[in-house]
Amino acid sequence: MAQTYNRRLHVYAVFTACCTFLLLVAGALVTSNDAGLSVPDWPLSYGSVTPPWVGGIRYEHSHRVVATLVGLLTIGLAIWLGRSELRRWVRRLGYFALATVVAQGILGGITVKFFLPIPVSVAHATLGQLFFGLVVSIAIFTARWWHSDVPQAEDPGSPRAGSLAAWSVAAVFLQLILGAAFRHKGFGIVPHLIGAAVVSVLVFWTAGVLRRRFEQVPALRGSVRLLHVLLGAQLLLGGAAWWSRVWSAEFPQPMPPMVILTVAHTVVGALVLASTLGAALICRRVLGPAQHAVVGAQSQQAAL
Amino acid sequence: MKVKYGLYILVAAALALSLASCGGKQTSETAPAESAQPAATPIDMSTVGAVSGTVKLEGAAPAGKKINMAAEPSCAAEHSTPATDQEVVAGDAGTLQNVIVYVKDGLGSRTFDVPKTPVELDQKGCIYNPHVVALQAGQGLKVVNSDKVTHNIHPVPQNNREWNKSQPPGAAAIEDTFARDEVSIPVKCNVHPWMKSYVAVFKHPYFGVTGKDGGFSLKNLPPGTYTIEAWHEKYGTSTQTVTIGAKESKTITFTFKATSGD
Repeated sequence: MAQTYNRRLHVYAVFTACCTFLLLVAGALVTSNDAGLSVPDWPLSYGSVTPPWVGGIRYEHSHRVVATLVGLLTIGLAIWLGRSELRRWVRRLGYFALATVVAQGILGGITVKFFLPIPVSVAHATLGQLFFGLVVSIAIFTARWWHSDVPQAEDPGSPRAGSLAAWSVAAVFLQLILGAAFRHKGFGIVPHLIGAAVVSVLVFWTAGVLRRRFEQVPALRGSVRLLHVLLGAQLLLGGAAWWSRVWSAEFPQPMPPMVILTVAHTVVGALVLASTLGAALICRRVLGPAQHAVVGAQSQQAAL
Repeated sequence: MKVKYGLYILVAAALALSLASCGGKQTSETAPAESAQPAATPIDMSTVGAVSGTVKLEGAAPAGKKINMAAEPSCAAEHSTPATDQEVVAGDAGTLQNVIVYVKDGLGSRTFDVPKTPVELDQKGCIYNPHVVALQAGQGLKVVNSDKVTHNIHPVPQNNREWNKSQPPGAAAIEDTFARDEVSIPVKCNVHPWMKSYVAVFKHPYFGVTGKDGGFSLKNLPPGTYTIEAWHEKYGTSTQTVTIGAKESKTITFTFKATSGD
């Protein structure tokens, strides 16, 4: 019996992904405002759930409140998937998302208790992005389109579009790690700049291949547009964020342009991850090698 | 299978609870008990001398950058004119304030008594006062909150234990010590990111922080040859070697250059 589309579950998954995105914004605001240790205790804030609402405490406590919401939503998602999802791999993804958000909470506590050790701060930043990718994936797997009878397409080219898309996801994720390491003073900007060049080549190559070979596939056409827009925006934001850091280096406090640009660059990075991941998953769903096109459609239907 | 996942969640919750009860590095490092401290090396006070002088700034001092305290109106109200950062505070006669001048080398293996009086650091108008303090290893640093808002006091040392403590308005003073010498430990408030001060820690009493007149005086120095260093948060360090004989006093001058683009 094939899994049927559950609209409410899908809407819930999308809502969780959106709240996770807000959580990334909240977390980026904490770092950019140097408010990471404005609340010395954890998990409570100044011994309360309603700390003084001043200065950096607003950012740190807001981050914790949204994190709690996302944690609760993820528990609900894992339970709902566990009860209603026939595809075992999707159920497992839900449990994995739950384990990830718990680990993320623990990492957040460690950063506070041990004064932002660089490896832990970087791990907290990248695990947050990974978790965002997970919930976005669950939203895709529970979407009506994924359950529908999607026409399969051949991918006779080399390298395969699906492989390029997968490599893009890996490169973007590595770039996020490098960005987090720079942001948390693990090392300088150069590795992140090199990563930007690699990501740009891979993502634009992938987008070009998808556009040339699969212009007739609406889902992939949409992916191409999104990849171009987001990566272009991210490259511009990266330059602007760097300029704002240099310009504001001598100021006694984080300046609003620097905060806005660095936060924007961080969260658009998450969207780039989500869009490359989406493209890779769509390729997986739609494309197959030429000789397996028919068989692939039948086995994919069973796996749905 | 679901039981296994439930167990994973229980383990994670147990980890989280144990982390919550973990105090991190909050516990204070108390100064060594008096009985454990080595006795101070006797100094023949009939032979001591002094090194004194002035720290100057060559070139125009940069204007302090204005601090935006809109996020904390009660602190903004404490300042009749907008507060500025204290990175470079120059005197009228080309002198430089907030420079730590100290004996870097030449004392050998002498040990010294640790003063019992703590050095006070106040938070008023969301500004640390003084901007730079110096004390001996094991001597108390007493942090006072004279504001009507909550601060957190967060020293970020390289060579000492890091800590981060909150201090609501009206709360008792926070007292802590640093066990090892270090020049200098930045201190910040993560609630108010413009707040910054420096704490220098020494194993000996031969140090001073210049005031607006740029003056310093290192008294009761035994005869000998010393490396005297001046440290400034923006202009770095400058070093001189001075030899003083019995009951001799010498005067030296340190000059820092304002960098172009200041």
